[in-house]
Amino acid sequence: MKLLDIKNLHAKIGDKPILRGINLTVNAGEVHAIMGPNGSGKSTLCQVLGGREGYEITEGTIEFEGKNLLDLSTEERAVAGLLLGFQHPVEIPGVKNIYLLKEALNAQRAAQGLDDMDTFAFMKLIRELVKTMDMDDAFLHRGVNAGFSGGEKKRNEILQMLLLQPKLALLDETDSGLDIDALKVVSDGINRLRGADRGIVLVTHYQRLLSYVEPDFVHILYKGQIIKSGDKSLALQLEAEGYQDFLEAAS
Amino acid sequence: MSEQQELEQLVQRDYKYGFVTDIEQEIIPPGLNEDVVRLISAKKNEPEFLLEWRLKAFRHWQTMAEPQWAHVHYPPIDYQALSYYAAPKSKEEIDANRPKSLDDVDPKLLEMYEKLGIPLHERAALAGVAVDAVFDSVSVTTTFREKLAEVGVIFCSFSEAVHSHPELIQKYLGTVVPAGDNYYAALNSAVFSDGSFVFIPKGVRCPMELSTYFRINAMNTGQFERTLIVAEEGAHVSYLEGCTAPQRDENQLHAAVVELVTLDDATIKYSTVQNWYPGDEEGRGGIYNFVTKRGDARGHRSKITWTQVEAGSAITWKYPSCILRGDDSVGEFYSVAVSNHFQQVDSGTKMIHLGKRTRSTIVSKSISAGRSQNSYRGLVHIAKSADDARNYTQCDALLIGDRNGAHTFPYIEVKNASAQIEHEATTSKISDDQIFYLKSRGISEENATNMIVNGFCKDVFNELPMEFAVEAQALLAVSLEGSVG
Ligand SMILES: Nc1ncnc2c1ncn2[C@@H]1O[C@H](COP(=O)(O)OP(=O)(O)OP(=O)(O)O)[C@@H](O)[C@H]1O
Ligand SMILES: [Mg+2]
Repeated sequence: MKLLDIKNLHAKIGDKPILRGINLTVNAGEVHAIMGPNGSGKSTLCQVLGGREGYEITEGTIEFEGKNLLDLSTEERAVAGLLLGFQHPVEIPGVKNIYLLKEALNAQRAAQGLDDMDTFAFMKLIRELVKTMDMDDAFLHRGVNAGFSGGEKKRNEILQMLLLQPKLALLDETDSGLDIDALKVVSDGINRLRGADRGIVLVTHYQRLLSYVEPDFVHILYKGQIIKSGDKSLALQLEAEGYQDFLEAAS
Repeated sequence: MSEQQELEQLVQRDYKYGFVTDIEQEIIPPGLNEDVVRLISAKKNEPEFLLEWRLKAFRHWQTMAEPQWAHVHYPPIDYQALSYYAAPKSKEEIDANRPKSLDDVDPKLLEMYEKLGIPLHERAALAGVAVDAVFDSVSVTTTFREKLAEVGVIFCSFSEAVHSHPELIQKYLGTVVPAGDNYYAALNSAVFSDGSFVFIPKGVRCPMELSTYFRINAMNTGQFERTLIVAEEGAHVSYLEGCTAPQRDENQLHAAVVELVTLDDATIKYSTVQNWYPGDEEGRGGIYNFVTKRGDARGHRSKITWTQVEAGSAITWKYPSCILRGDDSVGEFYSVAVSNHFQQVDSGTKMIHLGKRTRSTIVSKSISAGRSQNSYRGLVHIAKSADDARNYTQCDALLIGDRNGAHTFPYIEVKNASAQIEHEATTSKISDDQIFYLKSRGISEENATNMIVNGFCKDVFNELPMEFAVEAQALLAVSLEGSVG
């Protein structure tokens, strides 16, 4: 079943075209990796999928479970099961992490016609997840990402993902800035989400993550287009040879 | 529309005003002179000492000039064009013009009370329904009166107290805010209309928050309100002024005075929610709120806490202060000041440390949106006599949009080297990134803004009495809500 179907997507910021004809289909059960040089448009793609304002979509379509994604607001996309893991999660001092987690979960439940989760059940659930992410309970009571180290922020993104159990997770460089142990914890988290009815898109620069979370497909994004797709061996090839040959072939 | 614009639009709260009555009033002609002051006093049947006090204040006021130092701008006020006395209406007159029951009240107003979480029994009274028709509030009021009388607490209108307890009025009136203290206080002293009087006798802990009763009975106290609260040795009281329900008033100028006195080991906690009409989106109209509030921690180990949520008024000029006279006395000031559109706020506090080991805490949170100007102005004064005094000040400003201004004017005067003073200040902005982040987790833009604003105000809301805190949060939410798309 098609979860995400992007056809000929063009998007620009101001007068600057950034995405220039993206085609990508993610089926339930699949893990895709998107790689590509800095500035090629990977984060832009994620932000457009998340519904960020400021991008003009000039051409193309995006469907999520058969529905036009562009008709949905950011929060509607979220409760419909799309989760965006940020490359640079923003700090929100004053808003407790636990409060965000609870609100997010209950927003999703409300959209499904469910009542708020009982506080005891919620606390039990979140404590377990915190433990699996090898985090300290204290993180729950700090401001959202406030003063978190780079790696802690990324763990926090995965914590939210595990709580919300999205149908499609778009993880933008969740592996950047992680130490070796944290990479393992984060990868385990992603693998736990992996399943027959879910899709995962990993934006990454490194093969390291992909040896923990083996992708079904690997794509190279360059200057706003997917210039090459393949299986997991493509990432290994990139690791060994670099982008040069692919970029030359593309231009 | 950019996220920033949307965010700004979100805080374009429409002011949903309360009720406006157009009852004929007995109003003396505009203008202010000694005869007017005499007339006010005579109409109220006041004792001689009070008339003399008013006259002295008036004479002093005439020699004074309106203060210009605040960071606010407004056209000059013509004090001779104002009316200083409107006769209280008879009960029949008032009732004739009121809604007869809740069914006659604008459903929108009721809806808002509900959103603000105002208890059922208060809604009718707030909406102006004749109180006799509101069974609940009558019984509540009676119960209150009985309970208070049992323990000897006096709680009544100022005018009433002038007649029932003139000796207390004479003893305490003007001892905290002298009649000639400042321009507006002097004006108030000369022409004050009415207000509240609270007296908690020695050793008594007031058995309830003085809130509901006050809200129902002290509406429409007028533009020159005067409040005096005295807590004798070991007494304790928590007093709530105002109401989250928006209040409209035809009088543009409000110059209230509040005086608090605590004797040894006494505590007064004074909480305010101010939501006077702020003017329209273009900055037309709105109340000028020039208030003098001061507490005198006269006794040893006594404590005065000011907590305020300032959301209304076109201009707010207000510095609830503490004179820490008794040794080991404590002063606290917790404030949230929200400004939007063209509102101007110049608010803060003064902590005057005179006694030994006196301590003060200042937590000020300002939220500026639209084209508003929001200033914190605070003075911490440590006198020579104040050995080992301590102050902690924290001033945080939150900006929504980039066309407004937040300013901080901290003044510190230290005459005793043993003082310990700490000052922290931050300025932050609700960013598009923060809102997008929260939205991407399924949270609506409105809730996202509320989460950030409430998080920012948490330290102050924590100081409010529970039910008031809930209302204050709702007030910010409703204010922000009114305007989405
Ligand atoms: N607001 C903006 N205004 C102008 N250009 C922008 C803006 N945002 C992004 N860009 C440009 O769009 C291009 C794509 O950026 P994007 O962040 O999507 O790249 P990326 O592939 O995620 O890179 P990286 O690997 O470094 O994270 C870059 O050239 C970037 O400078
Ligand atoms: Mg990127």
